[in-house]
Amino acid sequence: MTSMTDTINHHLTDALLMAYSAGTLPEAFSLAVATHVSMCDECRARLGAYDTVGGALLDESETVTMEPGSLEATLALIAGSEEARDDTAPCQVATTDDVLPAPVRDYVGGGLDDVKWRPVGMGVKQAILPTVGDAEVRLLHIPAGVAMPDHGHSGTEITLVLKGAFIDDKDRFARGDVEVADEKVNHTPVADIGEDCICLAATEAPLKFKGLMPRIAQPFLRI
Amino acid sequence: MTAKNEENTEWVTCIARVRDAQDKAAFARLFAHFAPRVKAFLMRSGADAAMADECTQEVMATLWQKAHLFDPARASAATWIFTIARNRKIDALRKARRPEPEDVIWGPDESPDQAEILALQQESEKLAEAMAALPEKQRALIEKAYFGDLSHSEIAEQTGLPLGTIKSRIRLALDRLRHAMK
Repeated sequence: MTSMTDTINHHLTDALLMAYSAGTLPEAFSLAVATHVSMCDECRARLGAYDTVGGALLDESETVTMEPGSLEATLALIAGSEEARDDTAPCQVATTDDVLPAPVRDYVGGGLDDVKWRPVGMGVKQAILPTVGDAEVRLLHIPAGVAMPDHGHSGTEITLVLKGAFIDDKDRFARGDVEVADEKVNHTPVADIGEDCICLAATEAPLKFKGLMPRIAQPFLRI
Repeated sequence: MTAKNEENTEWVTCIARVRDAQDKAAFARLFAHFAPRVKAFLMRSGADAAMADECTQEVMATLWQKAHLFDPARASAATWIFTIARNRKIDALRKARRPEPEDVIWGPDESPDQAEILALQQESEKLAEAMAALPEKQRALIEKAYFGDLSHSEIAEQTGLPLGTIKSRIRLALDRLRHAMK
């Protein structure tokens, strides 16, 4: 598995963890949350607490009577699937990877070498991962020292660092760190000078780029 | 032991019997308690009665098939069944995949420590008690977040209050869970 990171300083918000636990996040955001949790024991434990909230709600909730014969139908379902048991092995991607945790490998269909990067200018590359729903999630490869195109956004944006680091305002985000930005944030992440930065970024709504260069780049970025 | 405590212990025992002996009577008890709750959850999430019934059957069948993955040192029966029902909801109602974190350790690598099981189960009960004690309005909001389709930004706007109230309880649950994960 991917190595755990002990030095994570920037975590997921309660609202995101709760929505992931409740199962109400768009798939793109769920991927970003699952990937951070893969790297962060702290958020894994917090998520466990939210799942416990869900369990308590289920246990205390109202009930709706099942149709007559549903228990027998369920037992028949179980008997039927036990006969056809062999295809139940989880279709986990077999590769391991130092950079991409398992949830991302699942969507890439392999490791970092299998990512189908597309150049978007200024040396920045991206790969949009296939998800359903309103939100989008992409891998971004930003050369050391290069700035993400200047942008604001009309919804939440989650940026999770998988390799290298970026600096935004005063904060430094390294592997495992996640930046949760809402529309009030006008930020300009800059990849740290030490090495290229690879991020997983989920966006709720199209990014709003400012300035000529980024506006040209936007159609290519498909953001 | 409280009544709730005895009930939770019974569910843990029932799941173990399903796992070890394919015990249909134990399964029937789990079904009688949880199936009508899972069905209500799915209907509140937007399924009609017929679809909710069908999906609930699938959730309960998954419980049988994955009983070996249930770890009572890490989750109560209700929590585990909630996660199965939630995943079914995403799959059936929203037609989306559910990315799961790497290395989710529901499966026991060694047999779980009895003290750990008891502590986790008690912590789950305390959390349930704290939530039951919430003012109706706050409780309704949390229920809406889990059972309805409140978006995460709506949750962020609306749940500050109830989250604040149950925060200390969640923190305790966190410490417990963190310990259990180690």
